[in-house]
Amino acid sequence: MKGAETMLKESIGKRSEKVKNTIERGAVRKFAEAIGDPSPLFLDEQAGKESKYGRNIAPATFPVTFDAGSIPDLKLPSQGLIHGEQIYHYNRPLFVGEDIYCWMEVKDYYEKSGNFGDMGFLVITKYGEDAEGALLFTEERIVIINEAARKGMPV
Amino acid sequence: MKQLKDLQLGESLSEMELAPVERLDLIKYAGASGDFNPIHTIDAEAEKAGLPGIIAHGMWTMGNLAKLFTPYLSEGFIQDYSIRFRGMVFIGDVITLKAAVSEKQQEYTKFTVQAVNQQGKDVLKGDVVFSF
Repeated sequence: MKGAETMLKESIGKRSEKVKNTIERGAVRKFAEAIGDPSPLFLDEQAGKESKYGRNIAPATFPVTFDAGSIPDLKLPSQGLIHGEQIYHYNRPLFVGEDIYCWMEVKDYYEKSGNFGDMGFLVITKYGEDAEGALLFTEERIVIINEAARKGMPV
Repeated sequence: MKQLKDLQLGESLSEMELAPVERLDLIKYAGASGDFNPIHTIDAEAEKAGLPGIIAHGMWTMGNLAKLFTPYLSEGFIQDYSIRFRGMVFIGDVITLKAAVSEKQQEYTKFTVQAVNQQGKDVLKGDVVFSF
């Protein structure tokens, strides 16, 4: 039987299929309110029209809501995961109403020993493209998986 | 209000102190973000995971921190936003959001950003590159 470490290492380079996401006005409103940032630039059509973008934009962390499919053969435990880092890069802001095509890829997996045993670091990058395939943003997430969680993983 | 472009190295945006974190904040964020991990909303599940109580989604705090820049989105946009999660946020915690200029270029200004709890401990720290 292969261990969780092997499964995680072998997942490097694997990616999901593209999924179409529409940035819905109601979803942006709910999200902006949930982070206490109900700016007219996100929510008010008129304010969006009068802005330099000519329309409403989405908050910088809104891509957490996007469906980017699932990576084949990558099974993560439901417990023992710690969100370590989150990194966004934008080529431009995202517009309310537009379609974003998202997919993700396992960029890396490595282990380090620390005070709490061997910790695994899984780096997953989500990509967002427009209909023509031009890259709009990336969202990199580093998830820390502790030893106990890896032992309990279904592999 | 000063324009973001006029801020000099070492200057900061006005700090923002959030209201004490409530369970309802996290329930709303769970719904809005689609992250329904129960350690953020249900005490028994948080305790099962070895936590003293429910903790805020790291992304809730990261989402809040970005709003320091919202008043300036007429000048440009957040090009890069990177965060390291350093501490947990519990119900009742009072989080203060901060941003200070760390680098200034013609096309962008870079900020060190942090969210600090009532004990003065960083719960989030990272960088924002604001592009003009």
